[in-house]
Amino acid sequence: MSKFKFAMYWAGSCGGCEIALLEIQAKIIEVDQNYDVVFWPAAADFKYKDVEGYDDGYIDVCLFNGCIRNSENEHLANLLRAKSKVLVAFGACATMGGIPGLANLSSAQEIKDLVYTQTPSVDNPDKVYPQERFTVPEGELDLPHMYDTVKTLEQTVDVDYFMPGCPPEAHQIAGVLDVVTAALKGEGELPPKGATIGVAPKSCCDECERVKDEKKIAGFRRIWEFFPDREKCLLEQGVICMGPATAAGCGARCTSVGMACRGCYGPPEGVVDQGAKMLSTLASIIDAPDPDEIARIAATVPDPVGTFYRFGLASSLLRRARV
Amino acid sequence: MAEEKIGVYICHCGTNIGGKVDVEEVTKWAATQPNVAVAREYKYMCSDPGQDLIKNDIKELGITRAVVAACSPTMHEPTFRKAASDGGLNPYLLQMANIREHCSWVTIDPVAATAKAKRILSAQIHRLPLNEPLEPIEVPVNHDVLVVGGGIAGIEAALKLSATGKHVTLVERNPSIGGHMAMFDKTFPTLDCAACILTPKMSALGKDPNITLMAYSEVEYVEGYVGNFTVKVRKKARYVNTDICTGCGACQEACVVRKVKSEFDQGLGFRSAIYIPFAQAVPLRATIDPAKCLTLSKGKCKQQTCVSACGPGAIDFEQKDEVVELDVGAIIMATGFELWDAAQETRYGYGRLDNVITSLEFERISNASGPTGGEIVCKNGEAPKSVVILHCVGSRDQNYQEFCSRVCCMYSLKFSHLIKEHLPETEVYELYIDMRCFGKNYEEFYRRLMDEGVNFVRGRAAEVTDVALSPDEEGRLVVKTEDTLLGIVRRIPADMVILSAGLSPAHDAKEVSQIFGFGCSANGFYLERHPKLEPVATVTDGIFIAGCCQYPKDIPDTVAQAGAAAAGVLGLVDNDTVKVEPTISYIDPEKCSGCHICVGLCPHNAIQYNEEKNAAEVIEAACKGCGVCVSACGSNVPQQRGYLDVQIFAEIEGALAV
Repeated sequence: MSKFKFAMYWAGSCGGCEIALLEIQAKIIEVDQNYDVVFWPAAADFKYKDVEGYDDGYIDVCLFNGCIRNSENEHLANLLRAKSKVLVAFGACATMGGIPGLANLSSAQEIKDLVYTQTPSVDNPDKVYPQERFTVPEGELDLPHMYDTVKTLEQTVDVDYFMPGCPPEAHQIAGVLDVVTAALKGEGELPPKGATIGVAPKSCCDECERVKDEKKIAGFRRIWEFFPDREKCLLEQGVICMGPATAAGCGARCTSVGMACRGCYGPPEGVVDQGAKMLSTLASIIDAPDPDEIARIAATVPDPVGTFYRFGLASSLLRRARV
Repeated sequence: MAEEKIGVYICHCGTNIGGKVDVEEVTKWAATQPNVAVAREYKYMCSDPGQDLIKNDIKELGITRAVVAACSPTMHEPTFRKAASDGGLNPYLLQMANIREHCSWVTIDPVAATAKAKRILSAQIHRLPLNEPLEPIEVPVNHDVLVVGGGIAGIEAALKLSATGKHVTLVERNPSIGGHMAMFDKTFPTLDCAACILTPKMSALGKDPNITLMAYSEVEYVEGYVGNFTVKVRKKARYVNTDICTGCGACQEACVVRKVKSEFDQGLGFRSAIYIPFAQAVPLRATIDPAKCLTLSKGKCKQQTCVSACGPGAIDFEQKDEVVELDVGAIIMATGFELWDAAQETRYGYGRLDNVITSLEFERISNASGPTGGEIVCKNGEAPKSVVILHCVGSRDQNYQEFCSRVCCMYSLKFSHLIKEHLPETEVYELYIDMRCFGKNYEEFYRRLMDEGVNFVRGRAAEVTDVALSPDEEGRLVVKTEDTLLGIVRRIPADMVILSAGLSPAHDAKEVSQIFGFGCSANGFYLERHPKLEPVATVTDGIFIAGCCQYPKDIPDTVAQAGAAAAGVLGLVDNDTVKVEPTISYIDPEKCSGCHICVGLCPHNAIQYNEEKNAAEVIEAACKGCGVCVSACGSNVPQQRGYLDVQIFAEIEGALAV
């Protein structure tokens, strides 16, 4: 029996998802037994034209990580959608926009201005910017067009499954691969289309071992400002922990080592906007009687958008700042 | 989602809606909307024929959902839900679209109003298929009642309820009940002696076996819901054992601290550090003012004369505040008013010029049991030869209180009469904007005072000064005013100026209303549920309001309102059960992570943590459907029936779909 066809692609992202796949360790051998890699730029030498040559639906499963940041990402999203039977938005960037999604607070031009002219370490008196097209003696070169707005994979093409995490945890990846492989072999069933996979029910708090009590917060602190109690819920100690508004599945690894949850697993089922929900939660537990005091406490929230929408701005109800 | 048949019913509300919104256009449009089976318009949808449209369509067309585009749900949602129920539809499958308060009343352009009406309606049409049938929850009713405030309103309400056999607890902040009325000499327009008509009621209340009087006490905390309130009352320490104090008054005679300004006499007379506020006080018990008592404030009163003067040995310096918990089924708020602080109007010189006094001070001066024994005299003890009464001080004034305080014209007339009665030779001037004599026999009283020779000058005083411009003004007050009827500016010399100050909400009305969970109007008085049809109810079921805490009013209106509030309470606590809205919260233990956020936030203590399930649980009978847990949960686990996230999002989508 021929092997199933596997693809993985890295759009607007850091590459962590690619490494995460290798975190499954010896299980990668099982993957090799079951799949032929037909496209995986980070690991094997394939060209886009190879993929363009495949029949539609040729790829059995494609793990697509990264957001849609530019025209190249978009082209590959469309291409891989057409060629794949099962397209998985893999990791926080593909599912929610991820950290690159915070670029939606600026326009593409603002970002270029900052990077190419305004950064203190840049010496660019002639204001030279990268060009999308440039003619050299050998011919014309081109670069992808950078969009103003970062999009999720689902905002670009039809997606079969969503697998959040920055990056997805190895045990969840292994579990998902088992399910997919079994289904392809006819030994099991795929989850319903559109499902979020590789997560656990409930919120991150469910997996967090810290002791939880009623929460009343008189001020927010960052982790370097004090020595948090090792046993107590971090939120109760004034550290903004996204746990209550984040899906479980990661095993609460961050909070177990004293780091607040950053929300990379996205909202739990039923929550439409993770950042707004967390804001609503925090507003509910601020313990102050008068508006001035509340304003003072609220002002201690560091970087509100970057905190509440660290991963989810592109998929939030707001999507982006006005350009 | 199954195919639903929605009936849309659009009300003209006479011209209230129809005058602004093109109802025909909205009806035609509504008929084309998804799931809409029928769209009708009617002049007054709340009338019987209007309601019948809904009932008939349920029976004949088989509509499965209905939306009434009319007034605010606080107005007629119960009416239409009842109609739906009568027609055989679960009442919670009917929604209101408020196109009156939210649209026609507040939109100037008819085209914009029509477009807005469609959006408001569209929101409900989109949410309706997601509505679930709900059943009201029946809860037991506690038959006891709490009345807060012991003025005439609270006294009257308590007595009325006691007469029906209900047990009433009356909580009063001051050492005695009686309120402002107990300070008055006469009452307009009949000139009844205030004490003569009030003290029998006070005394009856004090003796009533069905009434527990908690004077010198304040409500600190209220929780629960209609039929089942739990109230915490702080009984402030009187430092006197009221069980054995006989109210003989020997202690106050013996006390060495005798020059404490009497609150009851508006600071014009004095009391001791241990005192009974006035002779007819109920309860007739002494109270020690801890700030003035040498033993309590400084720890040194050599003689402790009160202790030796007290025969029964009732004085107890060790007494502490006590917090008492009460369970009641309903509450009447009758917390009254405060006189507007006339010192704010500096041009009238109150607090700076001797013999510029407030109306309440004049009440005490004219009162036979007051600091002057009822003699109307100036500060130097001489009778005034000329008295000017300034109306609308702090009232009808855009700088202070815009509203009319309703009683000042009449009490000012009463003052004129009392002055003329005591001092027939004295000239009395009333400076008014309009005379507002609206009650039974009020206009007649005004006519009578004109015959008594009182000078009525239409004009608002510009200033009260002691700078004389003529020998006649020397050493006297002068009121400068325009006489708008004569068209001249006048200077009226006076020996006494009475400021008819308006009535203000109590300084802590807002905080108190928050303790009880209802709100205040923009002018600071307690907000009634409906200005016309529910003037004594509040938005919180089971809590009623009466008297001047709602708005300034005279004694007859206050007494009438107290009776109405008592009737409202009775209609509730006379039953064994009450139906409460099923729009409460629920928590799926399979989804809850047990993070505890909601547990501490529930204002009704309706959420508890179940250790076994590691999940929060809603106590249905205690949940009031406020939604705090819903917004607080980071995982959207608590959901409120009737206000599910999917329903709210559908409304938003509907509103944006037009």
